[in-house]
Amino acid sequence: MSAPSQTELSEVTRDDASLRRFLHGLPGVDQVGVEQRAATLGTRSIKKASKMWAIDTAISMVDLTTLEGADTPGKVRTLAAKARRPDPEYADVPHVGAVCVYPDMVATAVAGVGDSGVGVASVATAFPSGRSNRAVKLADTAMAVEAGATEIDMVIDRGAFLSGRYGQVYDEIVAIKAACGGAHLKVILETGELSTYDNVRRASWLALLAGGDFIKTSTGKVSPAATLPVTHVMLQAVRDWRDRTGELRGVKPAGGIRTTKDAIRYLVAVHEVAGEEWLTPTLFRFGASSLLNDLLMQRRTQLEGHYSGPDYVTVD
Amino acid sequence: MSNWEYAPAPESRDIANLKPAYRMFVDGKFVEGSGDPLKTVNPATEEVLAEVSTASPSDVDTAVKAARRAYDRVWSKMPGAERAKYIFRIARLIQERSRELAVLESLDNGKPIKESRDVDVPTAAAHFFYHAGWADKLGYAGYGPDPRPLGVAGQVIPWNFPLMMAAWKIAPALACGNTVVLKPAETTPLTALVLAEICQQAELPPGVVNILPGAGDVGSELVNHAGVDKVAFTGSTEVGKLIQRALAGSGKKMTMELGGKAANIVFDDAPLDQAVEGIVNGIFFNQGHVCCAGSRLLVQESIADELLDKLRHRVSTLRVGDSLDKNTDVGAINSRAQLEKIQELVAAGDAEGAQRWTSPVPVPDKGFFFAPTVFSDVQQSMRIAREEIFGPVLSVLTFRTPDEAVAKANNTPYGLSAGIWTEKGSRILWAAQRMRAGVVWANTFNRFDPTAPFGGYQESGFGREGGRAGLEAYLDV
Repeated sequence: MSAPSQTELSEVTRDDASLRRFLHGLPGVDQVGVEQRAATLGTRSIKKASKMWAIDTAISMVDLTTLEGADTPGKVRTLAAKARRPDPEYADVPHVGAVCVYPDMVATAVAGVGDSGVGVASVATAFPSGRSNRAVKLADTAMAVEAGATEIDMVIDRGAFLSGRYGQVYDEIVAIKAACGGAHLKVILETGELSTYDNVRRASWLALLAGGDFIKTSTGKVSPAATLPVTHVMLQAVRDWRDRTGELRGVKPAGGIRTTKDAIRYLVAVHEVAGEEWLTPTLFRFGASSLLNDLLMQRRTQLEGHYSGPDYVTVD
Repeated sequence: MSNWEYAPAPESRDIANLKPAYRMFVDGKFVEGSGDPLKTVNPATEEVLAEVSTASPSDVDTAVKAARRAYDRVWSKMPGAERAKYIFRIARLIQERSRELAVLESLDNGKPIKESRDVDVPTAAAHFFYHAGWADKLGYAGYGPDPRPLGVAGQVIPWNFPLMMAAWKIAPALACGNTVVLKPAETTPLTALVLAEICQQAELPPGVVNILPGAGDVGSELVNHAGVDKVAFTGSTEVGKLIQRALAGSGKKMTMELGGKAANIVFDDAPLDQAVEGIVNGIFFNQGHVCCAGSRLLVQESIADELLDKLRHRVSTLRVGDSLDKNTDVGAINSRAQLEKIQELVAAGDAEGAQRWTSPVPVPDKGFFFAPTVFSDVQQSMRIAREEIFGPVLSVLTFRTPDEAVAKANNTPYGLSAGIWTEKGSRILWAAQRMRAGVVWANTFNRFDPTAPFGGYQESGFGREGGRAGLEAYLDV
């Protein structure tokens, strides 16, 4: 960041024009280069103890998610039980990072996770499209926070972002952050709708400038959801942010990560692109549902020396 | 906060099918050479891998005569479509035996298995596939309706990409109807001899390909042999000059692919994170044993500090060690002699006042290793800015304006490759037009493809390999 590095970050957010100058002054992202790097790093071979460590770490980073119109209190209670104790036969399996639900399910989820240490994340702000007014988005957020959500997963206004109204996106994140109180704010960029890596980088910085604790790839409702190269760009953003400000912010890829192999590729990227400080559930999460069972099956395979199959993990 | 150590992930060395002894390949058969046998060493462990018989002057004569016979009686008369079948077969066999070739290459050369597996072997196969396609279409290559081959090609290749260089040399020669006597490098003869086995498996007519292991004396004997019509050499500029001097006036057609001191130019509007990747790939790929390595980084002053911070962080994540470990990024230096040469030039950099930064990565005690090193504050007048180091050592210089960048990049007796990093398309074209280098990469580096001609300017040599232009080297035009 040649020109912007001399600028104070507080100056950057003064008005729409300064935001635009800053975001468009960030170094570009070369598509071929970032995709090649992601593919090459994807060939790391993680075995034995390092694989076991990766599986346990990945389990502790899962935001176990259900975001369906058909969600019921029963479904959420089942999920919460799984989150607390992912594998009933192995007590040493860590609990997951959080359960992630719609705002009206937060109270049920809070009761379900109890004092286990599992967080309750709620999507908010007219998830997944974000197409509503500020008042509704704030009310949505307040409802989740009042019900006990410890984490809020908001969506940015992609329409405003794509039409260049960065100030509006920024202001909205700031407002939601204020409404979160003590809850952590994850800002969903919906990278599948941003279309270019340059946009992913700009949106990442916008969210970081506005105070997002995490930047998150996707809602899971748009394809493509999380990809490795997009996550690389976001990991570079939080690393650059740390170099610039000293603050650590988190990254959450969500959607499409289903296997242990995928999860390990993401952890390798976290390790080698951002740095090992980020290998903790406070700074990296997976938004996923089916991933957890694959992690549990692979964990048993590591311990028992053979593959046990899907009937030996609970289907929730 | 954690400390995630990757457990060792070694590829099994049994896959290499390593034999205690290897023999030279002449006239379709493996035969004992009458030169003194050499011992080839695994540079990552210093253990002897195998004993390899070498050629004497009379063996060179036998091989050249066999190649001549094969040329006169079979290969030059065979229709292109028939030659293509053999070459396609070789390409497929390389793919079938790719794991074996990759592991053997890493053992013999010291390069990381991920590179031999993902670059060397697939590129070698790609060259055979590509040139097989040309064999029956030479009339459409732009060299007349029925261009004729040259005869017997004497080919001498280096140790940095043993199999890949053999493929670059053999594939176009065979496609154009020539026969071949090839000398692999003294320290890395093994994969070329497996390629000879593959020629046998493909039932290539005897004498079309002959492989003679040995040192420089065998190479000298070969290129000077009166029965050789064409000489193709890849290696040092020093040896290239010797060969040119010896062959002056002989009428032999020559191609030379020699040394380099390529510049990677990073402008202030470059995609920085990918530029860092390109710089790393440019100089640390294959331990920097690459003639087209981006060994000089020219970075615009206004972004130099930021780029170097990013570069040092990235370089410190490179894993140095066991060539067979799938997670190794930088393997072993090919020989003690090469390691000493690198150490000598690095000491010169220190003495001349450049700032040395060496990656803190752990390096094995045994074997020939050199930790990735970046020199900043390098000036054009220093040896490390002018001489080819051929190791994992980057020299960083700065520039203020695009004109200065071009002038500094071109200020070298070499001219093999160059890299340009900018998001501005017009600047790419502007700079590429002004680079005196055979290959100019834009926003990438060290990408190889058989369809793209490769070769140099000035002391980096002459002639092209690959693409339509590469066919000219093996045709009588």
